[in-house]
Amino acid sequence: MLIWNETMECMDRDSMRKIQGIRLHETVDRVYHNNTFYRNKMQEMGITPDDIQSLDDITKLPFTVKTDLRDNYPFNLFSVPMSEIVRLHASSGTTGKPTVVGYTRKDINTWSEVMARTFTGAGVHKHDFIQIAYGYGLFTGGLGAHYGAEKVGASVIPISGGNTEKQLQLMEDFGTNVIACTPSYALYLAEMMKDMNIDRSKLKLRVGVFGAEPWTETMRREIEERLGIKAIDIYGLSEIIGPGVSFECEHQCGLHINEDHFIPEIVDPVTLQPLPEGEEGELVFTTVTKEGLPLLRYRTKDLTSLTYEKCTCGRTLVRMRKCTGRSDDMLIIRGVNVFPSQIESALLNIAECEPHYLLIVEREGVLDTLTVMVEVQEQFFSDEVRKLEELKKRIVHKIQSTLGLSVTVKLVEPKTIERTAGKSKRVIDKRTL
Amino acid sequence: MIVKQLSVFLENKTGRLARVAEILATKGINMTAFSVADTSDFGILRLIVSDPESAGAALRENNFSVNTTNVVCMNCPNEPGALSRALNILSDEGVELEYLYAFSVNESAMVIIRPSDVEKCIDVLQNHKIELIAASELYQL
Repeated sequence: MLIWNETMECMDRDSMRKIQGIRLHETVDRVYHNNTFYRNKMQEMGITPDDIQSLDDITKLPFTVKTDLRDNYPFNLFSVPMSEIVRLHASSGTTGKPTVVGYTRKDINTWSEVMARTFTGAGVHKHDFIQIAYGYGLFTGGLGAHYGAEKVGASVIPISGGNTEKQLQLMEDFGTNVIACTPSYALYLAEMMKDMNIDRSKLKLRVGVFGAEPWTETMRREIEERLGIKAIDIYGLSEIIGPGVSFECEHQCGLHINEDHFIPEIVDPVTLQPLPEGEEGELVFTTVTKEGLPLLRYRTKDLTSLTYEKCTCGRTLVRMRKCTGRSDDMLIIRGVNVFPSQIESALLNIAECEPHYLLIVEREGVLDTLTVMVEVQEQFFSDEVRKLEELKKRIVHKIQSTLGLSVTVKLVEPKTIERTAGKSKRVIDKRTL
Repeated sequence: MIVKQLSVFLENKTGRLARVAEILATKGINMTAFSVADTSDFGILRLIVSDPESAGAALRENNFSVNTTNVVCMNCPNEPGALSRALNILSDEGVELEYLYAFSVNESAMVIIRPSDVEKCIDVLQNHKIELIAASELYQL
């Protein structure tokens, strides 16, 4: 079994801590002097870069949350002049404004490095044909995987998402060994294979590298069985770098975090106090090599735990357990982040609507579906079917253009959506992962 | 000659129409005519009742979305060609219809029309001596 960067991936703990400490100090120093947002935050807390000398000092630093990125839209959290930025990506945000991330040339190299480690961990090598079926574009999935796959020297097929028949045809014709996509799309591919009568033995698929949405062990087994492959979980978020933050090796026992670039902490989501090894809490990352958008103690909202035990594969990189849930109400539907508040604001943008709605997420076959139930208020109820259908279409359009995700809208009678005191129940997630 | 019709939004699930009928029954309100327009996930119930005001209030109390629409009721002889004549008049005069429904009682056929322009519809029909039923008469049927 190969390891891409043995020096970093199998380093002893003391050396790793030393390197992390040095890089942390450098990052804080750079951020303090180049970024008003963080300088103000640190000054308010009465700390300077000199207070951060070793890894243990990380807890003195301020947290960063998603709204900080939004409030500084688009570029104010960047710590380099725009002339140094060579790439921008964006993901959906809570108010329709996306979260923008910027990369310097060095950041792109770092990203390729961590993705090369990721693919190597999954057993991918330069003789492989890899089909990248993550979306290319503003989403970090496609290009992130692309650069890493090229770095390991595999033959990359940048087919992007969708176009399933073509995917299967190329898989057969090119002899694709590796597929990189969301786990739900992998299941969809399996279903289409069956429909198109494609014999699995005609394909050379060996490994799938899956991420961008939560999935469970049950789903893993199903994918492995149906496609006859090994299904590897990868984790990442665009704020930190995109895919490549952590990855499973072939032993599938937790995700190795590229901690020489991204220092993880687990904190109590309520008190924000650091939790000891093995305890479940909110995952927090501090980037220590990034130039374009370095983030201090970024709260991912993902719940997991860490183990520093050496893995059977030989890597000593800290491992995180497959994520079990999120500490807020964000939904991930077909790999797209959806906040109920986005739907609320979309509805409020339609004059006739009141924000009485309910989101129902289901998995039909292997794809997630989102149904938005909207109450028909008397003021916009018409005796003409045509007008109600028009209204429905307008709601669908508004939500789809906000989320970038297709939805079904169902008009329901007033007061049929349950009201509760306090935090209302806006989401019914019927997916059994 | 304007007739008040109630329109009620119904979700497409079992028992909703039965619930409307039940509410009206407990208030002692009689339905003279109704029709249901259906789509894949909702329906619109249109009804003519003996007491539109209290019927509307009772339904709203039970959380139904209700609105009142002005419609016209014409009385055609219950014989071949009568409807054809009336509709030709309306189309010749450029009166557009959104929907209509009908019921017959012995010699008469009552056709309830929801035109885009109620006033014009009434004028046209009256000018052509087509009998219109007043709200008060219709509610008593």
